[in-house]
Amino acid sequence: MTQRNDITKTWKLFIGGAFPRSESGRVAPVTDIASRSGGKALAYIAQASRKDLRDAVEAARGAQEKWAASSGYLRGQIIYRLAELLDGRREELVESVRMSGRLGKGRARTEVEIAIDRTLSFAGWCDKLDSVSGGRNPVAGPFHCFSQIEASGVAVVVASEQASLLGFLTMTLPALACGCAVIAIPSEKEPIPALIVAECAPSADIPQGVLNVLTGLRAELVPAIAGHRDIDAVVASLEPELATIMQLGVSENLKRVRLIDPSERFLDDALWSSPRAFQTVTEVKTVWHTVGT
Amino acid sequence: MTGTTAEWEYAPAPESTKVEIKPQYGLFIDGAFRPAKAGKTFETINPANESVLSTIAQAEAIDVNLAVASARRALKGWRRAPALERAKYLYRIARRIQERARELAVLETMDNGKPIRETRDEDIPLAAAHFFHHAGWCDKLRWACPTADGSVPEPVGVCGQIIPWNFPLLMAAWKIAPALACGNTVVLKPAETTSLTALRLAEILQEVDLPPGVVNIITGAGETGRELVAHGDVDKIAFTGSTEVGRAIASTVAGTKKRLTLELGGKSPNIIFADAAIDQAVEGVVSAIWANQGQVCCAGSRLIVEESVADEVIEKLRLRMRSLRVGDPLDKNTDVGAINSRAQLTRIERYIKIGVDEGAQHHEVCDAALPAKGFWCRPCFFTGVQPAHTIAREEIFGPVLVVMTFRTPDEAVARANNTQYGLSAGIWTSRGSKAYEVARQIKAGVIWCNTFNQFDPAAPFGGYRESGFGREGGRSGLSAYLA
Repeated sequence: MTQRNDITKTWKLFIGGAFPRSESGRVAPVTDIASRSGGKALAYIAQASRKDLRDAVEAARGAQEKWAASSGYLRGQIIYRLAELLDGRREELVESVRMSGRLGKGRARTEVEIAIDRTLSFAGWCDKLDSVSGGRNPVAGPFHCFSQIEASGVAVVVASEQASLLGFLTMTLPALACGCAVIAIPSEKEPIPALIVAECAPSADIPQGVLNVLTGLRAELVPAIAGHRDIDAVVASLEPELATIMQLGVSENLKRVRLIDPSERFLDDALWSSPRAFQTVTEVKTVWHTVGT
Repeated sequence: MTGTTAEWEYAPAPESTKVEIKPQYGLFIDGAFRPAKAGKTFETINPANESVLSTIAQAEAIDVNLAVASARRALKGWRRAPALERAKYLYRIARRIQERARELAVLETMDNGKPIRETRDEDIPLAAAHFFHHAGWCDKLRWACPTADGSVPEPVGVCGQIIPWNFPLLMAAWKIAPALACGNTVVLKPAETTSLTALRLAEILQEVDLPPGVVNIITGAGETGRELVAHGDVDKIAFTGSTEVGRAIASTVAGTKKRLTLELGGKSPNIIFADAAIDQAVEGVVSAIWANQGQVCCAGSRLIVEESVADEVIEKLRLRMRSLRVGDPLDKNTDVGAINSRAQLTRIERYIKIGVDEGAQHHEVCDAALPAKGFWCRPCFFTGVQPAHTIAREEIFGPVLVVMTFRTPDEAVARANNTQYGLSAGIWTSRGSKAYEVARQIKAGVIWCNTFNQFDPAAPFGGYRESGFGREGGRSGLSAYLA
């Protein structure tokens, strides 16, 4: 027998810079829908639990202040490096997007290329958002008054179910670029493109805990996210029922929640690379200082 | 009066402007005043003497419906009106507020209880400034909040706005001016204890011929607000008030497409470093916590002072407090007026008792005789306060200051951030580099360095964390009212 068998991969979670299994021990198979291989498992992914979420929030909280305090120039170089690494794994990304059967190979490639270019775009935002959205406030009194744009803190992204790579990156990059630490929940059906991004993160020098990726079931994770009191912001693409549960989480600790239509395809560069992308994951801080002798 | 204050007796200096108050006020819907459909009313009193000022219509579901329908009808014309024509109405409102400033100040003081010095010098001029500033934005929205395709940004639609009793007219201005500038129409609900200046503003809106329905003002208590929040034809809710009510509103809005901004409570730190100009810092502490009887969401209610100067600061604070004049809010020399309502006074007194019961030392230096009627609370502060104490954690919304100390800047920041709130903070130091570094580390939306309680329509205001979300003022404030 000379046929070489594939090494069936088990993709793990990404928490605090490490790749652990779910503490629950649960895994689920991923199948190649496009090849109609009869539901044969091509890979396995971990299914995160409530406890994994808590661990990820703790890791993110521990890393966030230092990440936000680093210069925009540094964050920009790190995200640029991420774009380089993603470009290097472009074929694998195309294959992982195609595997879902949602897109043919050509459109899968287009989506991957847009996603990588968008990463590059957000690398450039890191040291420019304040120039565009902040600035001096011309107040009537003898004060130097300015508003600066700061990261909201720990942000959760419940990424697009459909646009498994482009949606994941478009929703995650603004938070990373402005200095949030992120817990990202990839598409439930197509998690692998996001897991490839997670594998690139350490090589891009994204500090441990700044990006965490939890694969798993939305119906389980969304209530846990909504109820968690140490999450500052949420950007989520959810169907109405889960969206409402997430919105109810606002009353828990006033976490900011931005909902994105699940049918969104994120193709419009002018919209998704604009300063509006930073809604919810940034705060405006206004500082006054007396002027005089 | 006893002690030093006796030698500093002032003659009364009451504000002489007389203000006409009608015996009753209706709801302002579709450009006209009308009684509530069910005919229900409530009384509004002067908290400084408990006399009834007027009887006000109480809006119920059917009235809320009418107001929202009126705003919806007006929306089409208002949003499509040429931007500079919208601007002219806002400029006229600003001018009329300025022209009627003294009348509005006196009315505000009578209805709210705050000193005439504050309404005259702060509330009313700032309300006028807010309209004037936003008038100028009407035709510049494209550059303030650019859209992806370069088109003029669209308004959100019909905005339900609910405001508190601590700065009644000013909060009405903060809400209405940006909403109108962006082309929205409004249903505003003032707080039930302070409706009079909002209704006077409605008269001004009639004077300037604002198209009917662009602004509707419905009076009533919490239930009226709940009806407005739950109304199916409202596109956005903007609320300023307690964190508790803010949470309830967030729950009601969940599952709908309504936009939401919340400006909620605070427990703001005021940090004095040893290298600060101590006398100025003490003045800052006074204005931070005793202005408006401490009934300010961004009040500097936690004084965090470097240990080496703590005794000096507390001694100077004690001396300064002794000269605070508590009493008739219409007296131009009054520093501390009446608490807005009996309910609020009860709440403040309960917190003072909790503070004492939990073992902190209560200092009530001011010994002014309080009027027999009305709601009064002498300013006070607590020392020996632990971070776990209730009075160090919860918003009191009264003239009650807690004092804590620190040794290093890191400890000061940790103490400042040790709260679920994040509205404002004060930093007192003569070193600019230190001020900016501490400002960066504090999680709050507004940071005042060597000053406190400064407001300006050009400066965004609003909170981090459980102090709410969204900003008011400046460019950030506009985006809350644009689609």
